[in-house]
Amino acid sequence: MDARVRRARRRTTRTAWVLRLVAIGYVLGLVALPVVSVVQHTFADGLAPVWDVLTSDDFLAALRLTAVVAGIATVLNTVFGVGMGVLLVRYRFWGRRFVSAVIDLPVSISPIVVGVALILVYGTYGWFGGALEDAGVRVIFSVPGMVLATVLVSLPLVLREVVPTLEEAGVEQEQAAQSLGASAWQRFWRVTLPTIRWALAYGVALSLARSLGEFGAVRVVSGSVAGESQTLTLYVNDSYQELGADAQRQAFAAAFVLMAIAVALIVVIAALRPKEERS
Amino acid sequence: MSLVAQVDRATPSAFARGRRPGELTGGASLGLGIGVLWLSLLVLLPIAAIVSTAFEDGLAGFWDAVTDAEALSAIRFTVGAALLVTAVNAVVGTLIAWVLVRDQFPGKRVLEVVIDIPFALPTIVAGLVLITLYGPSGPFGINLVGTRAGVVLALLFVTLPFVVRSVQPVLIDADREVEQAAASLGASGFTTFRRVILPTVTPAVLSGAALSFARALGEFGSVILISANLIGQTQVSSSYILKMIESQEPVAAAAVATLLLAVAVVVLVELDVVQRRTARRG
Repeated sequence: MDARVRRARRRTTRTAWVLRLVAIGYVLGLVALPVVSVVQHTFADGLAPVWDVLTSDDFLAALRLTAVVAGIATVLNTVFGVGMGVLLVRYRFWGRRFVSAVIDLPVSISPIVVGVALILVYGTYGWFGGALEDAGVRVIFSVPGMVLATVLVSLPLVLREVVPTLEEAGVEQEQAAQSLGASAWQRFWRVTLPTIRWALAYGVALSLARSLGEFGAVRVVSGSVAGESQTLTLYVNDSYQELGADAQRQAFAAAFVLMAIAVALIVVIAALRPKEERS
Repeated sequence: MSLVAQVDRATPSAFARGRRPGELTGGASLGLGIGVLWLSLLVLLPIAAIVSTAFEDGLAGFWDAVTDAEALSAIRFTVGAALLVTAVNAVVGTLIAWVLVRDQFPGKRVLEVVIDIPFALPTIVAGLVLITLYGPSGPFGINLVGTRAGVVLALLFVTLPFVVRSVQPVLIDADREVEQAAASLGASGFTTFRRVILPTVTPAVLSGAALSFARALGEFGSVILISANLIGQTQVSSSYILKMIESQEPVAAAAVATLLLAVAVVVLVELDVVQRRTARRG
């Protein structure tokens, strides 16, 4: 081997070490250490106080509301994602690019802007808010508004996973099913859905993670009344802002629960990813 | 990858005989109608409401709202912090992606998972997490609460994965023989990086950087606790908008929101241009 190449190799190795240390150090200091220290902080006084928080009425109410809001939002986004995915991949229509750009927009703007936008349309003094309230429907400062806000901030997550898989799968199998007399509904359940199931599961997991953790947009449209319109993220914020040892403990216990769910979802997502790439 | 770019790649084919490729059928038209109605109620109308409220008192009203001293300092600080964070991400994100693709060491898979944490972690929890370590009772004696550095730290946390995840696949696909050829021709490590690797990854770095810029510009949850929301100091645009809508000043809130919205749209369009250019070249 040429001496120069060998020297270059050795130099790269030294550089590689430096790069490796910088990368690990950066990720450790910025993400891993803080996450570990929150766990430590949460359980600093043992399990009992944490358990007290997790069985308190306000926490349970927040947990229930979070589950309801995130659940409905994820279902809506899944139905929308699969339906729109099929339309965008299988059909050509006027404004196809515009529609996909509109779907992409909400995740790139501030969640506060998302919340304010909803208030300006569906709030009491908004465009439709007055008419809706006359009809007895309250959107803002109520569950529907929180669901809309959550749907918006996770709008393209299912779609972005489903579209490439649908494109890759092509239409041959569906056509074969059709020529054998399968109805559109049968083709969807028996052919299309099984083809995209891993991509769909991945998208749903991403969407659920985002929905459970949404704070800014929900903060604007909820009103955040403890036990009533407080989701888990709002519970963390309100408790932390309250100050005092008890409130702090509440904030950390709830944050720990959210973090545990998030990490569990990442593990699920990481497990799903290779399957999706293999297919 | 953005949805627009994905849709560009999809080429609808004729499903049933006797139909033009991608022609809408009755059922599909109905579905599309419902989808577009949903999008209008959910995205288009609310955005129209923001823009129209911002200009409710005319152009002068909009101008007054965005040049208000408090608004202006929040906007300046947010844009400055977002630019700084984007620059750091472009460099460090590329470096981390490189290490994840080209380097082998024990614990690499753990590092992979840790990088995804900022995406999955609720933003308010991210804020709390940073305060525990870099707050008043932190173990290092560094207190960043109420400082601009604290805000930048929070933004770095939430935007960490963007550049890494956008550069990583490009590096995996990159042809290593070109780098080896460059080295065998006597190019130094730095020259190889500058002349061979950098041109390959630049589009990916740009799109990751654009996404992290947009995210940093609009970030709220992770910043709110560590910033302590000091007016003229650490208040970000999102906090200012929230404060205005809560104090019944919709025009002021909508004006600054419109500005953020416009920047987000510009960033997305730029991203689209970069992706289309790369797609054409590849």
